[in-house]
Amino acid sequence: MSSPVLSLRGIGKRFGAVQALSDVDFDVHRGEVVALVGDNGAGKSTLVKIISGVYGADTGTIEIDGRRVSLNGPKSAQALGIATVFQDLALADNLDVVANLFLGQEITARGVLAEERMESRSWELLRQLSAKIPSVRVPIAALSGGQRQTVAIARSLVGDPKVVLLDEPTAALGVAQTAEVLNLIDRLRQSGLGVVVISHNMADVQAVADRIHVLRLGRNAAEFHIDDVTTDQLVAAITGASDDVVAERRARETRKETP
Amino acid sequence: MTFTDRADERLVQDSSPRALLQNLVHRLRSGDLGMIPVVTGLLVIWVVFYAMNPRFLSSRNLVELSLDSATIGMISVGIVLVLLLGEIDLSVGSVSGLSGATLAVLLVYQGWPLLGSILAALCAGLLIGLFYGLMHTRFGVPSFVITLAGLLAFLGAQLQVLGRNGTVNLPGSSKLIDFANFTFLPDWASYLLAVAVGLAYLATRVLTLRRRAAANLSAPSLRSVVVRAVLLTAAVAGVAWYLNIDRGIGAMPLLWVGVIITMDFLLRRTTWGRHVYAVGGNEEAARRAGVAVDRIYVSVFALCSMFAALGGVLAAGRLQAVSQTSGGTDTNLMAIAAAVIGGTSLFGGRGSVYSALFGMLVLQSITSGLNLVGVDAYVRYMVTGAVLLLAVTIDSLSRRARKSSGSG
Repeated sequence: MSSPVLSLRGIGKRFGAVQALSDVDFDVHRGEVVALVGDNGAGKSTLVKIISGVYGADTGTIEIDGRRVSLNGPKSAQALGIATVFQDLALADNLDVVANLFLGQEITARGVLAEERMESRSWELLRQLSAKIPSVRVPIAALSGGQRQTVAIARSLVGDPKVVLLDEPTAALGVAQTAEVLNLIDRLRQSGLGVVVISHNMADVQAVADRIHVLRLGRNAAEFHIDDVTTDQLVAAITGASDDVVAERRARETRKETP
Repeated sequence: MTFTDRADERLVQDSSPRALLQNLVHRLRSGDLGMIPVVTGLLVIWVVFYAMNPRFLSSRNLVELSLDSATIGMISVGIVLVLLLGEIDLSVGSVSGLSGATLAVLLVYQGWPLLGSILAALCAGLLIGLFYGLMHTRFGVPSFVITLAGLLAFLGAQLQVLGRNGTVNLPGSSKLIDFANFTFLPDWASYLLAVAVGLAYLATRVLTLRRRAAANLSAPSLRSVVVRAVLLTAAVAGVAWYLNIDRGIGAMPLLWVGVIITMDFLLRRTTWGRHVYAVGGNEEAARRAGVAVDRIYVSVFALCSMFAALGGVLAAGRLQAVSQTSGGTDTNLMAIAAAVIGGTSLFGGRGSVYSALFGMLVLQSITSGLNLVGVDAYVRYMVTGAVLLLAVTIDSLSRRARKSSGSG
């Protein structure tokens, strides 16, 4: 396999008396979707915030395309090609799609907004994602939840990133909209980006991920290839034990079904 | 050939007049009112006062109206800016009074040249606004409280600057008085202005059309643009013709409208303006997108106070004197009410600088009309209060309509 586009080694992060992350390794390759799963408090959010430059890591190294980098703040992470789509979408409801896509990175010509160039580029981005948005000149408030998620994901592509982080992209969505977003994630992979998806939803994870990276209590717990993992194995890795009630009941049911 | 932005089959493609009308009705229903309520209100007010006293729509009265609107209207431009951020500035009256006092004292007692005095007054406003902006961004003090403190403090400063006499008369030969009262466009210049406005509109629209065509985006037809340019020219020329029956288009109202057009351009066509709307709509989103939110706040507060100071300078010229009551409560409330009546939302992120123009014309029309009809001041306050309440109610209702129809 090719060398990873994003590679973390031995990442540690401590908040006061709490060791949130210790000795975490994490790789993403081009054209690969890696799901980051774990129970509440497993350290997923902390890891994402370290990758997106919000927190600095206490120990460990981060490499992008094999070059060691230091991420000083979200802007530097963005400049290095890491785009993050946060859970609460962070779009301005009163602005239209074009304005939101280019917010903070507007294209100007002689000091004036180049609306036409931004609008054409918006259509390009949306077409790249095969996104179903009828008009880019409607305010965000007029869009459905799935369409907003689409705009948020499209916005992460404006700066031509190498890696896209998606924090709970399907958390607040209905069935059809979830399918739409999962398709988007697939298209991000096809266009050669490294994609990291943080999710609680095992069905979504198994539908779209190539690899699943499990964190438990701030450590690497397990790593699975999507082809050779069952939901039971995942749950066991996340909870850290095969002898908890959920696993027990599952085991009992399996025994009953196969007498 | 289909345009890039018209490719989606769900878009309503019909562009017949009937479809356009339906479109308008749909927009109104979903709470996207824009300038419609205030323009309607203005027409109603004009018709009512004309019925009560035909002199109301006389050329003479309208020229007077334009001159009276421009001073507080200039202050209102700044109020629109802070309202777009979802903030408020309650101290614009005091700041305009202080600026007028600074101007008058420097000009009359200190013997400064006029231009220097005006610049000093504007700088005072700018510094006050910078201070507000820094207080808001560094310490997170709500703008309501900062500017309430400013309202008191700068009223005190105004009294102190004016000194014991309390009233300073500007020299009768001052260019400022001339500018604010007696300078009007000659007839030929006003018609030239109408043509220039039409041509400028046509040129910018044609350039936009070309760029959109080059980018394979849909655009209105050239014919509709030409028709609009002609209508615009005719409208300006019509106004000029009617005002020319009396003294004509005043220099001060012209400056006011010029400032409004400039600010509208800055808000709609520059990165700064885009960021003002973004911060007003969702501050956290703007911050995460890399917008320098603090800088937007500081720049807007600074501009607002500077426009207040400019309004104070113009008011000094218009009244030919500065007194302890310059920029009193009336000024403050009128400036804020004008922006809100004009349709700028109190909730931030929505509105246009043109609301300062139309809102101020509504308020000044009420004042002027009631004066002509000969009722006492107390009626004027009541009517103004009722109109303000009506405007805010429309704002709140249309906000609710937008929410329920899913357009923000």
